[in-house]
Amino acid sequence: MSNTNPLLDVTGLTKHFPVMGGFPFKRKIGAVQAVDGLDFQVAEGESLGLVGESGCGKSTTGRLITRLLEPTAGKISYRGQDITHAGRKQLAPIRSEIQMIFQDPYASLNPRQTVGKIISGPMEINGINPPGGHEKRVRELLETVGLNPEHYNRFPHEFSGGQRQRIGVARALALSPKLIVADEPVSALDVSIQAQVVNLLQDLQRDLGIAFLFIAHDLAIVRHFSQRVAVMYLGKIVEIANREDLYENPRHPYTRALMSAVPEATADDVPARERILLTGDVPSPLNPPSGCRFRTRCWKATDKCASEAPPLVQISGSNDGHLTACHYPETKETIPAQRLAKDPEAAV
Amino acid sequence: MTSTDQQPFLSVRDLKVHFSTEDGVVKAVDGLTFDLAKGKTLGIVGESGSGKSVTNLTILGLHDRERTAIDGEILLDGKELLTASERELEKLRGNKMSMIFQDALASLSPYHTIGKQIGETYRKHTGASKAEARARAIEMLKRVGIPQPDVRVDDYPHQFSGGMRQRAMIAMALVCDPELLIADEPTTALDVTVQAQIMDLLKDLQQEFGTAIIFITHDLGVIADIADDVLVMYGGRCVERGTKKEVLRAPQHPYTWGLLGSMPSLDGPVDVPLSPIPGSPPSLLNPPTGCRFHPRCTFTEKVTGGLCASAQPLLEITDGRGAACHLTADQRRDFFADFAATRSH
Amino acid sequence: MFRFLVRRIIGALVILLIISAVTFMLYYAIPRDPARMACGKVCTKDLLEQVRQNLGISDPLPVQYWHWLEGIFAGRDYGGLGNCNAPCLGFSFTNREPVLGTIMDRLPTTISLALGAAFFFLIIGVGTGMIAAVKQGKAADKIASSFSLIGSSLQIYFVGYIAMFLMVQQLGIMDQPSYTPFTDNPVAWASGLLLPWLTLSIIFTANYTRMTRSQLVEQLSEDYVRTARAKGLSRRSVFFRFAWRGAMGPIVTIFGIDMGTLIGGAIITESVFSIQGIGRLALTAVDANDLPMLLGVTLVAAAAIVFFNIIVDAVYALIDPRIRLA
Repeated sequence: MSNTNPLLDVTGLTKHFPVMGGFPFKRKIGAVQAVDGLDFQVAEGESLGLVGESGCGKSTTGRLITRLLEPTAGKISYRGQDITHAGRKQLAPIRSEIQMIFQDPYASLNPRQTVGKIISGPMEINGINPPGGHEKRVRELLETVGLNPEHYNRFPHEFSGGQRQRIGVARALALSPKLIVADEPVSALDVSIQAQVVNLLQDLQRDLGIAFLFIAHDLAIVRHFSQRVAVMYLGKIVEIANREDLYENPRHPYTRALMSAVPEATADDVPARERILLTGDVPSPLNPPSGCRFRTRCWKATDKCASEAPPLVQISGSNDGHLTACHYPETKETIPAQRLAKDPEAAV
Repeated sequence: MTSTDQQPFLSVRDLKVHFSTEDGVVKAVDGLTFDLAKGKTLGIVGESGSGKSVTNLTILGLHDRERTAIDGEILLDGKELLTASERELEKLRGNKMSMIFQDALASLSPYHTIGKQIGETYRKHTGASKAEARARAIEMLKRVGIPQPDVRVDDYPHQFSGGMRQRAMIAMALVCDPELLIADEPTTALDVTVQAQIMDLLKDLQQEFGTAIIFITHDLGVIADIADDVLVMYGGRCVERGTKKEVLRAPQHPYTWGLLGSMPSLDGPVDVPLSPIPGSPPSLLNPPTGCRFHPRCTFTEKVTGGLCASAQPLLEITDGRGAACHLTADQRRDFFADFAATRSH
Repeated sequence: MFRFLVRRIIGALVILLIISAVTFMLYYAIPRDPARMACGKVCTKDLLEQVRQNLGISDPLPVQYWHWLEGIFAGRDYGGLGNCNAPCLGFSFTNREPVLGTIMDRLPTTISLALGAAFFFLIIGVGTGMIAAVKQGKAADKIASSFSLIGSSLQIYFVGYIAMFLMVQQLGIMDQPSYTPFTDNPVAWASGLLLPWLTLSIIFTANYTRMTRSQLVEQLSEDYVRTARAKGLSRRSVFFRFAWRGAMGPIVTIFGIDMGTLIGGAIITESVFSIQGIGRLALTAVDANDLPMLLGVTLVAAAAIVFFNIIVDAVYALIDPRIRLA
């Protein structure tokens, strides 16, 4: 992690959606605390994974970074420039450097435009004229994402789901971005297609040096794709670390529970992780628990957790850059070693 | 011993489901055979368009009868379902066999309370009074782990969380103690922690009631967690069958290898790229000739005579184990060993 | 629900206020002297001056409007024209009658026309739509669709005159349209309005057929309908208990809009059939530059539309528990 000069630096990022109500005249009576005080950085060329369950605020975070939503508080700096409340004009040069890939490859492409038009659109809007013209550039991009350049004049409905997601990727690449915010880019795709798109994104990250904010709920895919991973719960980052540290030494009870819940495609009788079943549901972000937001479902919670919100800090026993927000963190000893008694028959 | 005792509880024989559409005939299921015993779970794995969901709607008789041509046999406890009248099927549905769906919010009526929807099934099949049905609904909600069931029984689906809705749907499906439960991707839309809760619940309920379960999913991890036997479907056909251990430890079909190679794991090496299956799933309007997987298969040249493109590989089942592939058993063993080696280093 | 109604009624009053103000201003924007209009045919100079004073024409426009509003709540004394008790919408320029009284006389006619027509077009339209949805793609569906296409392309002044010519003049099987109060003679009430009812329903039915059909077809393909079938419920009970429930919302919505429009002034319909309702009243008021009457009728029309909108929203919430009123 390069703290010296991160590409993206986010501090105290907060988004509260007002809730209207009251009688007889409506007024703001509360706020959905979708994102509440996030701090994180993304270094140039790095992929930061943002994982968490539905409603944890990960997608809202992506929309705040790309400025599709206006933050309530906090600061977003891109290459040292504060873009938190930057206007349209100020944002214009940066817009092309930060691009977004969406989850739904069906809904995010205009069905009445040809692929060529869809991909060249961002270039036209931003007044970019690549050498050789738009069409040449689009053809190159199509090739980059593994599509046939001859399909320049086809419409989105003529492509399969995986191919459509590739079109979305080509559109994001059209402006040679430095940072791509990918919001669940593969979760709508079939398993065999997911892997194709993940590999494509990985190639782009490596070959073009593009940084990613990779938002996903699938822990295995995030582990595969991101060098650093942040785990979110109810609008807050509960843990952030390098991939190896996070997956081998999860310190936050929620991270541990989340990992233990992922079913693994193995036929071993001894599960890889002791399964921790969380009870109940995620509380409402309208009225989140005091102190640690995870405490209502945590098996370790005490009075302290209710009164004192744990700060996101490096705790003893963690490697550098491994931050955890917990009063009673897990230690290596409390985590059963990974499948020590590996079934000798197991091939995978 | 009567003859029904030797018969499997559910037996599907050479099932073919073809729909006519404006563009032509869609061969959604094209010759599917499997058995399921009481108290066991069969996992059906497949991607979109593999025919896995169609198969199960057909078992319940919920397919569009006017546009669908069906061939084969479906025997439930010795009773032929494909020739049964709508009346007979209505008596079985929700009673002896029931189904839960992926999207619980869309699959529950937004206009009726949870209690009413559960009670309705019970009343229909037992003739119970409204009060009895309500009591039964509360009992079922309690059984599936809904807190304060006597209060929540009067809630509407939109007032439940995603996990609770899926629990309510399970309660509705199990209210008449069915012997067969078809679960169509019931956890796909759920978060992993909720998915874990729901799968535990299904396993508990199965232990208690001895229900036979067909569990449809695209996630081999889920299969590993819940299934006894596995059936892998591709392009409307079964490409591989076996026990969970057999299929996950020594898969015999290149498609199954491809699925495994496409899934990153929480423990494996991180710097090895995934090995996806090239191409896209086939169109069932115009399925490929021969083996339906052959256009995406990387092993076709290992089979002599271009057999993969010309001849449909037969699914030969011995002791419930088999795969439909032209590769020889030795070839498959070697290729899988190579594949497994790339995955673990 | 109570909170919703209170809030919506407050909103409705604001809307009516704005509409009345705009109408008021527009009227004065036309280059005519309202006092001259109000004075009548035999108008002396003195009389004109008195009318001018009584109406407060010399006051600035907002003050005039304020007086008009005051009249609604406190009544108003028009001096020589007479005294008008609250709620007062003023006197008609043409017949010197209180506006409110005239409107109240005409309202039952218009309401009878609207309700009777609604009875027919709802039953026929929704019924045909249901049959079309059940028999999707079959002959019955195609016939219903064709008729609804023809129906929706017809106009009342066309169908109305043809119907009158055929049914009344040629065949003589229906009465010449007229209005008899229901309380006087229910049979005469119905037979006098039967022709306008049927004519209106020919035109409105089509909309309901199409809406009912498309809504039901959509609902029948919903996942929860499939679930209901998977529970063992019969096609019939799934149709009525699930699909129909979901289809009702949009039908209620267009019904509310249609009713608002019909009561607010079926100007053409009432003219075609020479029925003395609100619509005709509006037409004559415009013709005669009768400002107080025009304001009154506009307000009634707007109130009808706003009222039915509130009803629609409330009914929608009863049908669909997902909609929260607050």
